Amino acid sequence: MKANRSGAGARRPLIDGVDKVTGKAQYTADLPAPNALVGRIFRSPYAHADIVAVDTAEAAALPGVVAIVTGQDCDKPYGILPISQNEFPLARERIRYRGEPVAAVAAVDAETAERALKLIRLKVAERPAYFAAADARREDAVLLHDNKRGNLEREVHNEFGDVAAGFARADLVREQTFRCAEVTHAHMEPHAALATYEPERGHLTLHSVTQVPYYVHLSLARCLDMDPSRIRVVKPFIGGGFGARTETLNFEIVCGLLARAARGTVRLDLTREETFLTHRGRPESDIRIRIGMTREGRLTACEMEMVMRGGAYGGYGIVTILYAGALLNGLYDLPAVKYDGYRVYTNTPPCGAMRGHGTVNARYAFDALMGEMATELGLDPIEVRRRNLLKAPTETINGLRVTSYGLPEALDWVERASGWRERYGKLPKGRGLGIACSHFVSGSAKPVHWSGEPHATVILKLDWDGGIVILTGASEIGQGSSTIMAQCVAEVLGVDWERIRVVASDSLVTPKDNGSYSSRVTYMVGNATIDAAENLKKLLVEAAARKLKTTTEDIECLGEAYRAASSGETLSFKETTVEALVGTGTLTVKGTFTCPEDFQGGKHRGGAVGSTMGFSYAATVVEVSVDEVTGLVTVERAWCALDCGYAINPLSVEGQIQGAVWMGLGQAICEETRYENGLHTAANFLDYRVPSIAESPPIEVGIVESLDPNGPFGAKEASEGPLSSLPAALAEAVRNATGLALRELPLTPERVAGALEERERERRAAARKSAKQPATEGAV
Amino acid sequence: MKRILRIQVNGRWREDAVADNTLLIDYLRGPLQLTGTKQGCDGGECGACTVLVDGKPRLACCTFAASVEGCHVETIESQSQNGRLSPLQQAFHEKLGAQCGFCTPGMIMAAEGLLRRNPRPDEAAIREALGGNLCRCTGYVKIVESVQAACGAEAAA
Repeated sequence: MKANRSGAGARRPLIDGVDKVTGKAQYTADLPAPNALVGRIFRSPYAHADIVAVDTAEAAALPGVVAIVTGQDCDKPYGILPISQNEFPLARERIRYRGEPVAAVAAVDAETAERALKLIRLKVAERPAYFAAADARREDAVLLHDNKRGNLEREVHNEFGDVAAGFARADLVREQTFRCAEVTHAHMEPHAALATYEPERGHLTLHSVTQVPYYVHLSLARCLDMDPSRIRVVKPFIGGGFGARTETLNFEIVCGLLARAARGTVRLDLTREETFLTHRGRPESDIRIRIGMTREGRLTACEMEMVMRGGAYGGYGIVTILYAGALLNGLYDLPAVKYDGYRVYTNTPPCGAMRGHGTVNARYAFDALMGEMATELGLDPIEVRRRNLLKAPTETINGLRVTSYGLPEALDWVERASGWRERYGKLPKGRGLGIACSHFVSGSAKPVHWSGEPHATVILKLDWDGGIVILTGASEIGQGSSTIMAQCVAEVLGVDWERIRVVASDSLVTPKDNGSYSSRVTYMVGNATIDAAENLKKLLVEAAARKLKTTTEDIECLGEAYRAASSGETLSFKETTVEALVGTGTLTVKGTFTCPEDFQGGKHRGGAVGSTMGFSYAATVVEVSVDEVTGLVTVERAWCALDCGYAINPLSVEGQIQGAVWMGLGQAICEETRYENGLHTAANFLDYRVPSIAESPPIEVGIVESLDPNGPFGAKEASEGPLSSLPAALAEAVRNATGLALRELPLTPERVAGALEERERERRAAARKSAKQPATEGAV
Repeated sequence: MKRILRIQVNGRWREDAVADNTLLIDYLRGPLQLTGTKQGCDGGECGACTVLVDGKPRLACCTFAASVEGCHVETIESQSQNGRLSPLQQAFHEKLGAQCGFCTPGMIMAAEGLLRRNPRPDEAAIREALGGNLCRCTGYVKIVESVQAACGAEAAA
């Protein structure tokens, strides 16, 4: 398969890479619109309040202000999950977090728009506000949403296998609590939208930074009360997503509302601070976990209670709290699980989906405790994982199917690459190694909006010019999806790379796609692309057979030529195309992919979440040094092996793994949002610390190819799975270096130094105590 | 107040009426339509707007256009010449130093500033010079490799 230098297995630079390195790539804020009005959003300074009045009269009277919209202009709530649509693009009646959009202005220039914001008068009646999950859950707490008692968006109580029996037969049972700070995506491109309303035709065009143009299209139609056929949604180049943009965001609808009200074009570029406030990141999580293990290190049972501070609105919350429980399974052979999840509404910006959706914090708690227990039992942490491997193909106790499983090979790779056997436990003081494993879905087997359509649809166009155009709704967000699709076509048809072009994510011309989330694109859209390419190839083979007066079985596809095996006669690709167009004209073929129903998860409530056709598997080793005076954790090196099924583009797979490892490290050592009375106090890159190049480690990558039976050329996802292993691997490395089990992320110098000091104090106190008392006491 | 600004941008002298408080990034992205230079933060935090002023890296979002009067400003658009990518551009493309590409123009210009000062930097020098340029996609591994490849320093690293 690797013979084709552009096909599957080729280290192809990105198909849109030249545009990126030359600066020609146009992101939303770069799109030319010289006469666009400038939009600005008025945001609430209150965390929880009833709106008494939004007085915009004075602002509207300011010369140069063209349109103002408020909650009165949209009474349709939206939200990514059909069962929890409780957000308005501009707050109506109630404000639920500080920074929530309340009104928006379109004016002739930025200065006028900003002056107008200062003239808007917001009158409210404040309510008690809750910034911690525990406060919002108090019995006397005021409800954020009247239909959600206890401020609980969703409670999950699942039990699979015999948990009591599992703990009963364990030789060691340990229970711990873990806490993870809230983190956010911090994609480099701030949010931006550009909307044009054509009043003469009643048409709206929105360019936006979305990962999910289809869902944005749906929300616009709903919130603007427009027929969707009058709306066009385009995704230009976008500067990263990581899950932040996998649901419709308020500013996208606000931009549409402004353009319609202004009867023209409005540019709405958010600041970095506003981008932080729009949020949708990974929630602060409090986790209580109990694991049972035999003397040999076999897992017998697990109990987890997960509390997530979800923020003010539904978003993906229900899916997040379900994911955390569902993906406790599918990695190791875990015979019994009890999971209790609580997703709590609080007066903070709404959380959402972030790389490794729902699974990262749960995996951290699980693998960290598993490692602590291995140490207690005197077992090697890699060995204890080997003793708990699944035997694929299999189905987990909660109905997840595992059809390919390269975790054993991934463990072997990191053990070898990191020099684990020679070095673990033998490093100098203050240095340590840690390991953890993780997995993630290659696309959710059940889409958010179940419509009966295939999971993915791709169109190929071949015209007289010999150019093959891939038309796809899948959002290229920098992860390389357009390149992967082109490689799928190049592999099947064997044509020159330069013949292939990709048009992605313009609802006017590309087929609907659910978008770039849950790592679905390579698997689902890749399979649909292969299907389309096979369909096109069939037409070309038929044309060649016709022209060469032979049978289709006799025709060989040589990529740039078609050959009759019997006569040796060949037709060039161009000649074959000309023949194929006779009597029919331009060729357009479709390819589709559908996940069979038996992959769509367990029958229990919420059982679809976590279901997939293929899990990626990662093993990660981290080496750290800890400065015992300052508490600074330096990550010296990381090794990560990922079973991605098959690397359609190994260069791209390496990049995805390195990026995931690094992002996981950021969560583990320094990233944290902070609120003071609901005010985001880290809404910039100085206070929200992502690691810079100066403090980022070398990351070595191993690719394991388990050849998934249903993946495109055997491929699975490569971008989310590795991330979840990082926090536990890092925590274990710090424990290995210091002897301290730290159970609160991120492991900032303050936390590490604090724990070291605490231990020192305890040691001194113990020493004082033993000095005062007779020596025999110690033996009692 | 506006003044006439005389400035050389990407090798071409220009005169434009520019307000005293216009930032260099807004001058480049607005009237000049040089949108390769990106704004990633609210001022001086991310490095996405890095350009060269008289050959040295400078944050265009923290620089008044008027303050670089008479200077030579170079942006990402000046890197490829006669249809050929610069060595840094070629390397960032081939080594996947760019994923989403948003930080890439600033990253390349910061690296260009480094290479002019130090044509054969070691890895530590590369990491130091790019310390003010954030990237959220790559984990920086392939960015380091790209800069090394651009100066033929792969073996030396």
